[in-house]
Amino acid sequence: MNVSRRHLGLLATALASPARADASDWPAVEARARGQSVAFNAWAGDEKTNAFITWAAERVRASYDVELRHVRLRDTSEAVTRVVAERSAGRDTNGAVDLIWLNGPNFLALKQQGFLLRFADTLPNFALVDTAGKPATVTDFTIPVDGLAAPWRMAQIVFIHDSARVPLPPRSMKAMLDFAATHRGRLAHPTARNFLGATFLKQALYELTPDRSVLRSPADDSAFVTATAPLWTWYDALRPHLWRQGTQFPEGGPATRNLLNDGEIDLMISFNPSEAALAITSGLLPPTVRSYVLDGGTIGNASFVAIPGNAAQPGAACVVANFLLSPEAQARAQNPAILGATTVLDLQKLTVADRRRFEDLPRGPGMLTNAELGHTLAEPHPSWMTRIVAEWDRRTSAA
Amino acid sequence: MPKALPTALAAGVVALPVLGGLLGTILPAFGILPALGGHHFSLDPWRALLAQPGLGVSVWLSVSTGLAATLISGASVALFCAAFHGTRGFRLAQAAIAPLLATPHVAIAIGLLAIAAPSGLVARAIAPLAGWSTPPDVASVNDAAGISLVLGLVLKEAPYLLLMTLAALNQIPAMRLMAMARSLGQPAPVAFLKIVFPLVYRQIRLPVLAVLAYAMSVVDVAILLGPERRPPLAVLVVRWFFDPDLSKTFPAAAAACLVLICTAAALLIWYAAERALGPLQRFWAASGGRSGAMAIRLGGLALAILLALATLSLAAAAIWSVAGPWRFPNLLPIRFGLASWTAQQASLAAPFRTTLATALAATALALVFSVAALEAVARHGRAARQGLLAFTLLPLLVPQASFLFGVQVALLSLDLDGGWAALIWAHLVFVLPYVLLSLTAPYVALDPRLAHTAACLGASPFRILITVKLPILLRPLLSATAVGVAVSAGQYLATLFAGGGRMATLATEAVTLASGGDRRVMGVFAVAQSLLPIVFFAAALLLPRLVWRRRAALA
Repeated sequence: MNVSRRHLGLLATALASPARADASDWPAVEARARGQSVAFNAWAGDEKTNAFITWAAERVRASYDVELRHVRLRDTSEAVTRVVAERSAGRDTNGAVDLIWLNGPNFLALKQQGFLLRFADTLPNFALVDTAGKPATVTDFTIPVDGLAAPWRMAQIVFIHDSARVPLPPRSMKAMLDFAATHRGRLAHPTARNFLGATFLKQALYELTPDRSVLRSPADDSAFVTATAPLWTWYDALRPHLWRQGTQFPEGGPATRNLLNDGEIDLMISFNPSEAALAITSGLLPPTVRSYVLDGGTIGNASFVAIPGNAAQPGAACVVANFLLSPEAQARAQNPAILGATTVLDLQKLTVADRRRFEDLPRGPGMLTNAELGHTLAEPHPSWMTRIVAEWDRRTSAA
Repeated sequence: MPKALPTALAAGVVALPVLGGLLGTILPAFGILPALGGHHFSLDPWRALLAQPGLGVSVWLSVSTGLAATLISGASVALFCAAFHGTRGFRLAQAAIAPLLATPHVAIAIGLLAIAAPSGLVARAIAPLAGWSTPPDVASVNDAAGISLVLGLVLKEAPYLLLMTLAALNQIPAMRLMAMARSLGQPAPVAFLKIVFPLVYRQIRLPVLAVLAYAMSVVDVAILLGPERRPPLAVLVVRWFFDPDLSKTFPAAAAACLVLICTAAALLIWYAAERALGPLQRFWAASGGRSGAMAIRLGGLALAILLALATLSLAAAAIWSVAGPWRFPNLLPIRFGLASWTAQQASLAAPFRTTLATALAATALALVFSVAALEAVARHGRAARQGLLAFTLLPLLVPQASFLFGVQVALLSLDLDGGWAALIWAHLVFVLPYVLLSLTAPYVALDPRLAHTAACLGASPFRILITVKLPILLRPLLSATAVGVAVSAGQYLATLFAGGGRMATLATEAVTLASGGDRRVMGVFAVAQSLLPIVFFAAALLLPRLVWRRRAALA
């Protein structure tokens, strides 16, 4: 075991040096990946995504003889910390993390440290990605991806309300305040330590900030104070009306969804336009819930997978990343009965048969059309999220 | 067997990682962690820590929940034993704690959530009476004061202390003492607290202190039942250690040191309370007063209620695992089925195997080591015992959160993290003290005349061990095994830090999924996590009865 691990480690060094995976000879990459095992570090808070990863594992085992192991994370930062800890302990090969599902601050942290492998733009299926129509696939939170991560699903903020209790939900973050004031304790957002909770605040920032253009650049102290002042005024007014008077917050999206299902709240934020439809089908939300987007548009982004430069099995990780970009996997992910995640591919670039996979997909109840989803707002620079979370943490931890 | 061997082994296996890990946490707390660019002594980590808003609340929460959980667990056990020792209810409780002892903390916590949450079973039962169509906006769990956290801890620690008390009762002439006191006209409950309990407490003191140290630094239960804002200190430590902003590592290390300081303070408070109460107890015992029996009987009921609630929690988790759609305020799901189990089959298999293999390996090692060590102590006397205990019990009294980070750094630099050896070792560190603790009292209390008689008949020390001592100790050995398996199956932080992300057990998966996910999936993992130790506890309970069915005193 130890000998073979060292051997594979050498192989990893060959692939990783200089921090670039050579996937030009793709059949050779696939051949070398046979029999290898990929530790896919992915946030495990969503059962549908977990089931999708389980399906992907079965498929790559059957087609490529690659063992895909889902390392279930409570928070993506666990994997980031692990990579950084390994690097700081001097382990430059044979790392425990082969593939990470990430974006935003986690991606930036690893990119800045130079801890990521450049591989994505050489994947055969990357040519199918809609880089023009979905710029978030190559620019993550204003940061050029540079082939250091491969997109695999699109996400956009929607709100989910129980139409039985709230027929006319608030259609802007400003209106959210009035709603909360008249429906005390019926609105909750996840803790801002969770990406979804942080996005709730960013969405409000977009609407309330005097000059949106500053969000494109890294936040410094003075820009942050100016840009976020109206956000905190709004939030200080909102917080006492939140669930538990804004003293406690649900851990994440699924916990918030439980509250909606239990009838503890009437309105929640979600990063998946199909979440309502999916949850209705699996009995996790009542059939009366509906999704909608805010009038001014909502934040959208892409999810990526990245390979740390010290990954034990970078080649096999490339095979998995390429599979996630395949029309087969993308169409399954977009199926509203499976995951409902909008594809990153450009359907025009697909063969007729592959396009059919998408055109034949069913539509779920309460799903939004592309027109209804409206235009997406690009994510601000990651530093805004980091600072907003820190400031929120400070404000809500103080008495 | 060389005199120093057990002590040396204990030092190497247990004390080294604890003390080394502690050092690996203390140094970064003072700015020294070369891998992250910390080369000079500095107080900045402490300044950053102290500047943290809400830190005082977190510290207070850790200390208060730790002390409260320990006090309530201990007092409820003491009162229960006083009130019901020798009765039918007592034997019933003995049987009732077995599944609870086996169940990991996280599983009980998940079940308690299903009962006590605003949308839980209690609220659903009240809903038709109170006319609720939606759950009340009340923090009945995850409350800022940590009441639900204390309750969750007590549900698990009270059965553990009851088990320890039962073992201790077996080692003292409780029935004779009781008969004597009763012949002096003392009502049974009063007599128990006056003369039996002090003897029992001497034997269960270490477990009580271990409960205190554990409750002060628990992370998994606190994540589930504690407040999200201003959580207990240990939760903050783990949050900061896993923050992608690596500069947080330094204040995290300082916070880990603070956990250590708080635990030491809480242990001192406990010790001071013991010193203060001891003379009072003796004065009361000598005074000859007979009153209080009724109050003790009433107080004894508290444990019965706690045991019932814990059992209900387990049941609630099990019901969720087979529930179909189940919305508030329905008291029962619309339908039952195994859909959640089928869906999780693939996710359960690998963690289950890892959990089983690790638990078996760590427990087997711990048993061999404990017997060897106790045997050496029996042959070489008390001197060996002191060193052995001091080293082995370290991980029980040193909070996990304060040394596991240092252990992780060390494992990483030795390229040992994420392997079986590291995982089993990390579990052994926590399993060994519990196994040794479970065995020490019965071992020490062994009637020396048996061994002397065997020796007079010409038996070698080894033969005495195998043919005389171990058979007599079958029951404690089996319960120690079960305790070991349960401790291993419940390890969350140790697995997280030593597993390097490569090794997932049911404990880590349960906490990952339990952060608010689908309650049915949480139920599945809670039950799966409990099954393995429950099997071992059942065996520990039944096997002695089978093996010693002709020797009732041993069974």
